[in-house]
Amino acid sequence: MDMQVAKKKLGLKERYALMTRDLGWDTTYQPMNKVFPQAEYEGIKIHDWSKWEDPFRLTMDAYWKYQAEKEKKLYAIIDAYAQNNGHLNVTDARYINAIKLFLNGISPLEYMAHRGFAGVGRQFPGVGTRVACLMQSLDEIRHSQTQIHAMSNYNKYYNGFHDYTTMIQRVWYLSVPRSFFDDAITAGPFEFMIAIGFSFEYVLTNLLFVPFVSGAAYNGDMGTMTFGFSAQSDEARHMTLGLECIKFMLEQDPANVPIVQRWIDKWAWRGYRVLTLVGMMMDYMLPKRVMSWKEAWEIYFEENGGALFNDLARYGIRPPKFLDQIAFDKDHISHQAWGTFYNYAAACNFHSWTPTDDEMDWLSAKYPNSFDKYYRPRLEHWREEAKKGNRFYNKTLPMLCQTCQIPMIFTEPGDPTKICYRESDYKGTKYHFCSDGCKDIFDHEPEKYIQSWLPVHQIYQGNCFNPGVDPTAPGFDALGAVLDYYNMAVGRDNLDFEGSEDQKNFEAWRGMATKNI
Amino acid sequence: MSTVFIALQTNDDTRPIIESIMADNPHARLNEAPAMVKIDAEGKLTVKRESIEERLGREFDLQELHINLISLSGNLDETDDELTLSWNS
Repeated sequence: MDMQVAKKKLGLKERYALMTRDLGWDTTYQPMNKVFPQAEYEGIKIHDWSKWEDPFRLTMDAYWKYQAEKEKKLYAIIDAYAQNNGHLNVTDARYINAIKLFLNGISPLEYMAHRGFAGVGRQFPGVGTRVACLMQSLDEIRHSQTQIHAMSNYNKYYNGFHDYTTMIQRVWYLSVPRSFFDDAITAGPFEFMIAIGFSFEYVLTNLLFVPFVSGAAYNGDMGTMTFGFSAQSDEARHMTLGLECIKFMLEQDPANVPIVQRWIDKWAWRGYRVLTLVGMMMDYMLPKRVMSWKEAWEIYFEENGGALFNDLARYGIRPPKFLDQIAFDKDHISHQAWGTFYNYAAACNFHSWTPTDDEMDWLSAKYPNSFDKYYRPRLEHWREEAKKGNRFYNKTLPMLCQTCQIPMIFTEPGDPTKICYRESDYKGTKYHFCSDGCKDIFDHEPEKYIQSWLPVHQIYQGNCFNPGVDPTAPGFDALGAVLDYYNMAVGRDNLDFEGSEDQKNFEAWRGMATKNI
Repeated sequence: MSTVFIALQTNDDTRPIIESIMADNPHARLNEAPAMVKIDAEGKLTVKRESIEERLGREFDLQELHINLISLSGNLDETDDELTLSWNS
């Protein structure tokens, strides 16, 4: 790249002051608290908005310049990848299922984040914060667009990519990431900043965009590598915004500390639960593995998150609750999640499989405390059964956690052989939870979480069938009717990878790519 | 002392940047991964414009880092001349 650096008339700090701070004013026709009606109701006290500053000191003109440069690079690579039939160079077709999860489960969240930041950007009285939120809102819509563009190339050739906008609203497991953002976007502006700007961006996105995307590169997926790293370079700014915002709240008034602490506890746990999906992608869905989920967790959560919480200790902030359980569970959750998706492969828009022998050995080496003892025997049993023609498909519907909406698959703290169940009574109704963390969140805000749209409950209430379907008709196939409602093609989008159309097509096309036929 | 880090894509643009960071921060460790590097440093890490310009042979605006930056951690401060990452504890 040969970038021209114009001679600056002003230094960075002066430019930032003029082109950001100077854009704001106090209103006189209407009182400020009417113009910014959401700024006070959460109880956060701000005395001086001018104390907030973007440490990158990025101004809108610089934003456009660098984002345009990044976008040009990104699209050049995506085009080259598509023109060169790059999809046939991925390690093997199982990998593509990780990308299906990405498009269906993660890209819609980028769009939700765009809406969220546009919303809170309007609500903060401080101009520095508003400009940073504006930039993040633009970043997020660019991310959803670049991801959709990059993965549309896969949609030409493989199943399961065709209707992510419907699926994010209907499919059982996609209610997990969706409800996370629904929860954040319906909170007040300060809580949203802790939920997304701090917990999700600062503490957690590194786990998705750094090791998983490096894994995409390792598996030959140049398209995903390039949108992933391009997005994550914005995340660096988002994390900085999240961290500045939290420090700002803590510095403005000591009364903010307990409110912020509760949000940190809540959103660290909510984010941790959603990331179970990423753990499974890293340990089971990348044919060539870069690092295990556990290793990534140790680097990016324990080491990096630990450093962050040490830094915040001076404000009276302690690390999030339930860290002991989280530390124990890093040996287990990716295996428990993959087992669940293997079970429910009939109701998924991606394929699952049992790992090969060398993959099981890799998992043994990476998880010496858990894999051989608890998870390998189960996978080997399923593999044997599949060989005999009894590939196991679970046809019952699982019980869901009222808070995170994940099926009740997680185990007791310290005992990976016993499923963890918790419950709370509220206004005469019993609610169920997968963990102490999720129960704790519910108990503090029950009126919010009793409204959860739980896919299994909705199926049983008859709300997940297409119009005109009669569940009382003789021989009614409930699962088939639900999959129709999800717009999933039975036998193409779902079931085991072995024998799938994706598997056959990939093999045939890769063969054609290396021979003259 | 806690560790700060900066992660960059590996390409022709970043080679002189990575070299400069490693030269200016003798306590930093370079971790190479597919398509990226992660540079870890105890306590503090500084990226200096002048060092990058020396290697690049042209003027460099530190905000160009955004193009190839993947991630970072620590409290950040950026001026015209340097970008620093640090933890206070």
